Amino acid sequence: MTVLVPTSLDEAIAGLAANGGATLLAGGTDLMVEVNEGHRHFPWPDDGATIIALHRVPELATWTYDVPAATVVLGAGVTWATIEQPPLRDLVPALAEAARTVGSPQIRNAGTVGGNLATCSPAGDGLPVLAALDADVTLLSAGGRRTMPVRDFMLGVKRTALQPGELIESITVPVLQGWQGYSKVGVRNAMVIATASACVATDVPSRSIRIALGSVAPTVVRCPVAEQFAVERVDWDALTVDAGDAVEFGRLAAAASRPIDDHRSSAEYRRHAVAVMAQRLLQRAFPGGER
Amino acid sequence: MSEHYTLHVNGVERAVQDAWVGENLLYVLRERLGLMAAKGACEQGECGSCSVLVGGNLVCSCLVLAASAVGEPIVTVEGLAPPGAPSDVQQAFVDCGAVQCGFCTPGLIIAAHDLLDRTPEPTEMQIREELSGNVCRCTGYGRIIEAVQQVAVARRTADAGAAS
Repeated sequence: MTVLVPTSLDEAIAGLAANGGATLLAGGTDLMVEVNEGHRHFPWPDDGATIIALHRVPELATWTYDVPAATVVLGAGVTWATIEQPPLRDLVPALAEAARTVGSPQIRNAGTVGGNLATCSPAGDGLPVLAALDADVTLLSAGGRRTMPVRDFMLGVKRTALQPGELIESITVPVLQGWQGYSKVGVRNAMVIATASACVATDVPSRSIRIALGSVAPTVVRCPVAEQFAVERVDWDALTVDAGDAVEFGRLAAAASRPIDDHRSSAEYRRHAVAVMAQRLLQRAFPGGER
Repeated sequence: MSEHYTLHVNGVERAVQDAWVGENLLYVLRERLGLMAAKGACEQGECGSCSVLVGGNLVCSCLVLAASAVGEPIVTVEGLAPPGAPSDVQQAFVDCGAVQCGFCTPGLIIAAHDLLDRTPEPTEMQIREELSGNVCRCTGYGRIIEAVQQVAVARRTADAGAAS
């Protein structure tokens, strides 16, 4: 096995082009668990496998705020520790809230937003937020660059649209004007995988409300029926929502979920949890609904 | 990359030879380089007992591919203070009774150093959140938090003394 540690994006792409089947290593917080547990077997001394470690590629570790476009462009290697702090926390608050729930400080120092997307776990904390914000992902290979909505990139449980020879270059996240937040249920308060999660994001100028759910389907679920219901029921001048409407919003969101029973929880509990989280998030977005 | 590489550990260049390049940094530190401070428990980033600094960042060494850490400064507990002269955090853990079985202690010591370097006067909530990646099954954390607070006070007092 060979480990490549490129220090530029060109070098990373060249390494990937020369080793089409290479395994990409970002923060290591998913891949190394598989290696340690023997689920990813790289026989010794040499099976010809290549790992390309991306953490030293400066282009991937940076982010920019495109003010005219009202977007934040996150390099795939930007860590959760960076996202949970200002200034990114002020630009994409829901993503920062999700970041703060990823693993532990140690995990957030290593784990990256691009790695979260590439792993595409149903429980990935960043994914409901990226889906709710209608983020785009840009993929790069020696053959060129292509961009697609994050929602199209996520194909199934740990399955993505990433092709051999491609890496995730960046994720473009719209900066909205309105409240946004992330909510997560797990078995404990710190360092926990989501049993169920939800993100609500609002954009007041365009009167838009989005909700995306995590851990309740093979990939993230958006809930268009609930979104449309909320857009119609919210008082856009006072920025309030009726308490009964918030409950119905939760019910509609839960109806869009497709949870399963597994070792972490039951489908019934997950459905209940997303209804409660959706209701509370909407009430936080439009306070005053309990009058 | 060959199966020979060099890591920069506690200020010293250390050669790693005849090692499988898929080994994690924790394994290399302990089994190849004889540095036993970082402990292996979960090997999946849940417990924090293997915490070290790589490139100045607190990480779980069990989740670092050792061969990918070439060229970055690595600090383990052995590198925090000279042998026989504990760091202020190490001494505070002793003074406060923050050590019981001791297995989690090296990870907590390096996490506490990292926290106090970045946040010299942490609140109790900040200490709890920053140390949430280090699991201790003995102490209940009370004395660990006391130890961190004690160091924060001592460093502030020392700074005030130096400034006056």
